[in-house]
Amino acid sequence: MGITFRKETFRDDFTFRNSPEHIRRFPFPFHEDAYMYAVNIEPHVVGPKGSVLENLIDVDEHYVAEMQDRALVLAEDPLRCQSLPHMTLAGWDLLELLMEQQALGYPEHFTLTRDGDRWRWINRPLGIDDTFTFGDTSTLPYGPMEYITRQSQGDFCILDQRDGNLWMDAGMVTTQADWSLDFDIGMNFFEWHAPVPLAHEKGIFTRALKFLTNIQQGKPARRLNWTMTINPRLDTSPENYHKWGPDRTTVTPENVGDKVHLRVELQSFWRLPRSNGIVFPIRCYLIKMDELVTQPKWARRLHRVIRDLPEELATYKGLTRYRPTLVEWLSRLDDGSVTSPGFGPD
Amino acid sequence: MSTGTTKLDVVVSDVVPVNELVTRFHFRRRDGQMLPTFSGGAHVVVEMRDGDRTRLNPYSLMGSPLDTREYTISVRRDDVGRGGSLFMHRSVKPGLEMVISYPVNLFSLDLRAKKHLMLAGGIGITPFMAQTAQLAGEGGNFELHYTCRTASLGTYADVLRERYDRRIRLYHDDRDERIDLDRLLSTQPLGTHLYVCGPAGMINWARDRAASLGWPSEAVHFEHFAAPQPGLPFDVTLAVSGKTIRVGEQQSLLEAIEAAGVDPPYLCRGGVCGQCETNVISYDGKFIHNDHWLSEEDHRSGCKIMPCVSRFEGRSLVLER
Repeated sequence: MGITFRKETFRDDFTFRNSPEHIRRFPFPFHEDAYMYAVNIEPHVVGPKGSVLENLIDVDEHYVAEMQDRALVLAEDPLRCQSLPHMTLAGWDLLELLMEQQALGYPEHFTLTRDGDRWRWINRPLGIDDTFTFGDTSTLPYGPMEYITRQSQGDFCILDQRDGNLWMDAGMVTTQADWSLDFDIGMNFFEWHAPVPLAHEKGIFTRALKFLTNIQQGKPARRLNWTMTINPRLDTSPENYHKWGPDRTTVTPENVGDKVHLRVELQSFWRLPRSNGIVFPIRCYLIKMDELVTQPKWARRLHRVIRDLPEELATYKGLTRYRPTLVEWLSRLDDGSVTSPGFGPD
Repeated sequence: MSTGTTKLDVVVSDVVPVNELVTRFHFRRRDGQMLPTFSGGAHVVVEMRDGDRTRLNPYSLMGSPLDTREYTISVRRDDVGRGGSLFMHRSVKPGLEMVISYPVNLFSLDLRAKKHLMLAGGIGITPFMAQTAQLAGEGGNFELHYTCRTASLGTYADVLRERYDRRIRLYHDDRDERIDLDRLLSTQPLGTHLYVCGPAGMINWARDRAASLGWPSEAVHFEHFAAPQPGLPFDVTLAVSGKTIRVGEQQSLLEAIEAAGVDPPYLCRGGVCGQCETNVISYDGKFIHNDHWLSEEDHRSGCKIMPCVSRFEGRSLVLER
């Protein structure tokens, strides 16, 4: 049985919704009633059936709509997709990885056939059936990275590894939480993390870099990150701040449930075999408060996390303006009882 | 068994003597599938079941990354080493089932380079076999300078000359031929990257000359072929696992820790990658640090050791493992 893809928008009339099954599979990121940074990295292995980890590259009911939104972003601003000249080989690595994983996880929607270097890729949801020569960029309508990431949910940063550091030298970034590939391209790991408060002092980035530069082929890793977004916008880029920034002033006690969205990033890290680069897919999941609080455990826990969040983090995540309204709204759903351990709903 | 890398079940598909010291081994996957793609400069760790001992030695993949129906490695026989190369030469025959690791690359090409200048010494030629194949397939600009003791010990020199002609330059010690390194390094186009693989003396020489001639260190890449050195046996207490073990003369500390059932991370087993770094809790004696990972300050501090290549002489040693 295939996925039923939703027709929906992430802009203008904001028709994005999660089906009841998708609410339950939402990757809720808080395993306890408080939040602080940690190097929360674990092996990226297949998880329970019905979860977002059922396949290592997740395709869900929002796939077609997200790909349409990506095409709109790129039409307005082609710099959301960039690849420095030495990263083309890594782009082919990524194309192979995504085609393999999508075909493996969703054979009813995607098919990859190889005959030596002659590959055929069928993407039924997007109506694509292309034959091309692996390694020959002239046989695809875009470069390999752009071609496949126009057909894959989430953002993708491709990192070159050299001098014991990672360099953001290619990427497709259209669904980001207020950062810009055009700004970060060519920067190393410490440079692009420079704005993050508190974590430097804890030595978190040094340890994380050491871990990431040792990621091995065949052993991907993952972590969750989170923030909040007003209205279900995928594209909250600095370039478009004038469009989404003012939304933060529009939250009222009446519209919290519909407007405020928890935004969770499932980040995974993979060693690319031909280029020896690392790809860092950042898959964004959105859920509005009205949907999230259908799970009473999540409602209680989120109330406590947001209420007790250190001020610096709340500022960094851009919650300051509407935090009191949100906490007040959530507090009515917190009866004070104990939340069960783990991420999942009760 | 290991936290190092994912494993591959392979069968030895061919064993080919190359010259009086070097033998080439071919591996195919037991299930008949293609092996994982890799990049030029990558190595695999080969597990050798030698009686009740398991030896784990890293060897560079020397086939073309464009063809992963099989992996090939070349092993130089070391008659005074710890026995891994002798085991490969004596006991590994076609048809033998073995376990190897996924490829790991600690000697990767910098794909930004305008030109790749390669220096190989002896068996240090092996990673360049794959790197030149990769670059040739992409139309990359490279030049390889290869020194060996005699023409007959110039492993794969004929193959390389045939494939790449004037991009390969050979030097034979018995004819007193020596790389004119200063001239070579000072006449390269801007944006050239230097890669060196061979004996420690050669690597140090190349790094030193490159630095003196103003090469940025980011443009100088090297790979040591450092095998663990044998030494006096010593005893170690592993504080976390609560075990006391003996490290034999021909055994590395890492191997002894593994043999005791503790599973520390590793990648290179040659003292360069940093994965097996271990904290020292207390000691009474002297470290023999053979690694290239820890700083001199770390070495002096007595707080850290790389158990893959380093040893200890003295009365007691307690490690956090």
